[in-house]
Amino acid sequence: MYQTNYVKAASTDEAVGHMSSGGQLLAGGMTLIPTMKQRLASPETVVDLAGCGLSGIEDTGDAIRIGAMTRHVDVAESAVVQGAIPALAALAGGIGDRQVRNRGTIGGSVANNDPSACYPAAVLGLGGTVHTNKRDIAADDFFTGMFETALDEDEMITAVSFPKVAKAAYLKFPNPASRYAMVGVFVAAGGDGTRVAVTGAGSDGVFRHGGMESALDGDFSASALDGVAVDSSDLIGDIHAAPDYRAHLVREMAKRAVDAC
Amino acid sequence: MTNVNLTLNGKAVSADVPDNTLLVSFIRETMALTGTHVGCDTSQCGACVVHVNGESVKSCTMLAVAAEGAEVTTIEGIGSAESLHPMQQAFHENHGLQCGFCTPGMVMSAIELVEKNPNPSEQDVREGLEGNICRCTGYHNIVKSVQAGAQKMGG
Ligand SMILES: Cc1cc2nc3c(=O)[nH]c(=O)nc-3n(C[C@H](O)[C@H](O)[C@H](O)COP(=O)(O)OP(=O)(O)OC[C@H]3O[C@@H](n4cnc5c(N)ncnc54)[C@H](O)[C@@H]3O)c2cc1C
Ligand code: FES
Ligand code: FES
Repeated sequence: MYQTNYVKAASTDEAVGHMSSGGQLLAGGMTLIPTMKQRLASPETVVDLAGCGLSGIEDTGDAIRIGAMTRHVDVAESAVVQGAIPALAALAGGIGDRQVRNRGTIGGSVANNDPSACYPAAVLGLGGTVHTNKRDIAADDFFTGMFETALDEDEMITAVSFPKVAKAAYLKFPNPASRYAMVGVFVAAGGDGTRVAVTGAGSDGVFRHGGMESALDGDFSASALDGVAVDSSDLIGDIHAAPDYRAHLVREMAKRAVDAC
Repeated sequence: MTNVNLTLNGKAVSADVPDNTLLVSFIRETMALTGTHVGCDTSQCGACVVHVNGESVKSCTMLAVAAEGAEVTTIEGIGSAESLHPMQQAFHENHGLQCGFCTPGMVMSAIELVEKNPNPSEQDVREGLEGNICRCTGYHNIVKSVQAGAQKMGG
């Protein structure tokens, strides 16, 4: 790992100040530190957010608001999340392994927008809102491509809100070594109709599947998805799975998610 | 360089280390406690698991400076050759290791698992040890060991 300088910010303002002069935020480090070890990242300064008071889970009535530094283990074990959006608690409890969940945070996961990450599917599938030090960004506007988000250079996530929906489920086909999603599908049925978000598969990262959404709006059953085409031309192909196998998994995980709703 | 102060296996320790020092390097190289192992560079194998403030953490994926003020416990801190921790004793009795490389991390993960869930099912153990990879045993005796260790720990 290249040399770096470590600073621990005591507030969001202080962290943003360091970002403006080139500092890179450090949340759980479960992505950033392996990347630094592989010398794929070499930030001059890393800015630890652990002291910024950004962790916590709040029921705001029609939504659940989760602070950026809230760890996966805290979401998985939260009675508030389990009661209001059990699919979200289950998703957090299925990320990586116990030690990854003991450190990794929702803010780091959402900011990173790894094409195989689980949280982006929940944010997009539930139609959540990403809160930053500057503004609120709707999920549909937040994820802009593989590892790309709408965040500015000096903008950090402070919290993420998820609306409570009638029913939701997330089904993941995990990569057996890393537990990342080879394909993961989040299905949510709420007031504004059904949302289907797919992670692990898209060459541009997480995406919504319009065909499945309209099929489920007509008939909310797994068999309604049988006739829906899943185009493999924009899907990832790698050593783990070819695009057409991923397309098959997208439909299969979606059907299982509908059954689990 | 930053001066890092933390409690290691119950003793206050302090050292000046470069900011990019991983917690595992601090433990193994600065503090010369080599029971904690490094088995990968992708944060996947769990050979490096220690407890930070009572929770299992991959010490290869945390900066030593970020552990300032923390209570860190390694495999050396839970028992001794004369008086093994009940979980170590259970691994010994149930042939839960072969080469032993993964064992310190397995034991540290298993202790947290049992502290959270005193009577884990086979499935609970397999899921709870998802982050620990063993190249030798095929896991079967590790699962047996952890369940036996849970009984010894009072579950
Ligand atoms: C073995 C292993 C298995 C994993 N399995 C899964 C899995 O199954 N599913 C899954 O979804 N993920 C998985 N992960 C990733 C894990 O969830 C990470 O915790 C997560 O992707 C990054 O969160 P972090 O808190 O560790 O962020 P960090 O690694 O600290 O940061 C990640 C990036 O986000 C930036 N950042 C951090 N916080 C903020 C913020 N508040 N605002 C703006 N930018 C910020 C950082 O600067 C950095 O670029 C796995 C990781 C490992 C090592
Ligand atoms: S050395 Fe492999 S996870 Fe830490
Ligand atoms: S006993 Fe050899 S790696 Fe587990």
